[in-house]
Amino acid sequence: MNAHAQWIAFKTIVLKEILRFSRIWIQTILPPMITTSLYFIIFGGLIGGRIGEMEGIRYMDFIVPGLIMMAVITNAYSNVVSSFYSSKFQRHLEEMLVSPVPNYLIILGFVGGGVARGLAVGAGVTLVSMFFSPLTIHDPLVAVTVVLLTAVLFSLAGLINGVFARSFDDISIVPTFVLTPLTYLGGVFYSISLLPGFWQDVSLLNPILYMINAFRYGFIGLSDMGLALSYGIILGFVAALFLTALYLLDRGVGIRN
Amino acid sequence: MPSALSIRQLTKTYRNGFEALKGIDLDVEPGDFFALLGPNGAGKSTTISIVASLVNKTGGSVSIFGHDLDRDIHAAKRCLGLVPQEFNFNVFEPVEEILVNQAGYYGIPRREAWKRAEKYLVELGLWDKRKGMARMLSGGMKRRLMIARALVHEPRLLILDEPTAGVDIEIRRSMWSFLRELNREGCTIILTTHYLEEAESLCRHIGIIDQGRIIENTTMKGLLSKLTSETFILDLSEPLMHLPDLPHHRLRWVDELTLEADVDRDTSLNQLFLDLQSKGIQVRSMRNKSNRLEELFMHMVNGSRNP
Repeated sequence: MNAHAQWIAFKTIVLKEILRFSRIWIQTILPPMITTSLYFIIFGGLIGGRIGEMEGIRYMDFIVPGLIMMAVITNAYSNVVSSFYSSKFQRHLEEMLVSPVPNYLIILGFVGGGVARGLAVGAGVTLVSMFFSPLTIHDPLVAVTVVLLTAVLFSLAGLINGVFARSFDDISIVPTFVLTPLTYLGGVFYSISLLPGFWQDVSLLNPILYMINAFRYGFIGLSDMGLALSYGIILGFVAALFLTALYLLDRGVGIRN
Repeated sequence: MPSALSIRQLTKTYRNGFEALKGIDLDVEPGDFFALLGPNGAGKSTTISIVASLVNKTGGSVSIFGHDLDRDIHAAKRCLGLVPQEFNFNVFEPVEEILVNQAGYYGIPRREAWKRAEKYLVELGLWDKRKGMARMLSGGMKRRLMIARALVHEPRLLILDEPTAGVDIEIRRSMWSFLRELNREGCTIILTTHYLEEAESLCRHIGIIDQGRIIENTTMKGLLSKLTSETFILDLSEPLMHLPDLPHHRLRWVDELTLEADVDRDTSLNQLFLDLQSKGIQVRSMRNKSNRLEELFMHMVNGSRNP
């Protein structure tokens, strides 16, 4: 396929993915916005008022970037894992497998869909947050690149989960037992400087901590971690996950007998 | 011109040790209408799935119009359209989008993709259903949707794996005429089917596969010429109480209005009718006891299993 044909194929997959989650927006877009609104009301409004400030910032303002990022991570991941697994389960992934679309484009297409949903939900949550906290963006470039790269990273992770999944249970195990705990412990609701020394060190092993902190820096100019280290970790994971996904698809793991 | 499909020493052993293909050689010429027949589990679908890159082969080579699957897979895939045995489209997608997306995977610009989608939806009688979700289609319509989808990038080789399974006779015949026309326009077609009259009616060449091996690969005429005799059922005008004495023919009495006759290839039917007439027996109608190809097919499959 020449570059133009590949561009058309890529756009086709992304558009198909966007139409897929848009058709069922009541299941895909609305619930995370409602859930996050409850976080704003309960943690930010009711409990946050008693907590006071976090690192010199009003608690509500502190949790906004983390909650946006949490919504982006969860939705980018779940969009790709459910879409990829469904297309395996219903066998319509074969439409792509019989065509000349290279595997890397299949990956990028699904990732494009995951990023689109992650950002759509992230934008919705940001709009909701404006009812509770004034929108201030300290460094737009950092905010945009971090949220984009994080959405790419978790879309890739979702795709790998989808490749290995053999049942619908398999697509909920990782989000429930890995993703959610790591996100909650990744500094959405607190600064790790509040933790005892040992748990601060343990927290440093959580990659989501770096993403949330880098995004928070983009929003309010506050971060527990160095920006360069955060970018390095995010880019490293993106590269590793992309190469893993490509290897799996090239080998036909989970998709070809 | 290279073969439309060339398969050499193709083998497939599944992880559980089952040897589905044991070294298949097969050539299908451009423009041919080829029947690939075999009992269930013979290896037909495995062969097709390997050709369509849905199953990894264990050994051997496959090339489509000269494009080797190992060395030039994208060019090979561009030449191929596949209609699989089981429905494999997103049932929650509108019918027309399924076609437009499929065209997109082949790099066809969206405007052209819509045109082609319209063309094939009209030709296959699905235009009225284009806005509806695919899950709302009947079984026959779903089969036709898969044919339309396989054609949207205008492949040179179309493989249909049991396309008329579970389809009523009216739709089956309309599919036959559509496929004949498509073949007349130059598209090479490979068909697997369990309806042997379908293969006999449509195909010029035939390959029979059994237990992972090709046991016959010839022209349809050549294969049918291997029939040594045919069995006819004769419906009589008047009741017949006992079998007439006709020493040159093998007749069996079925009931008072029905006879069975085995007629050798070198015996003319005229002679049989003359002899029956001489005994005062009038034949109202006649038909083959079973499909000719079916008889040969059973004979060959049984022969390969009990040499």
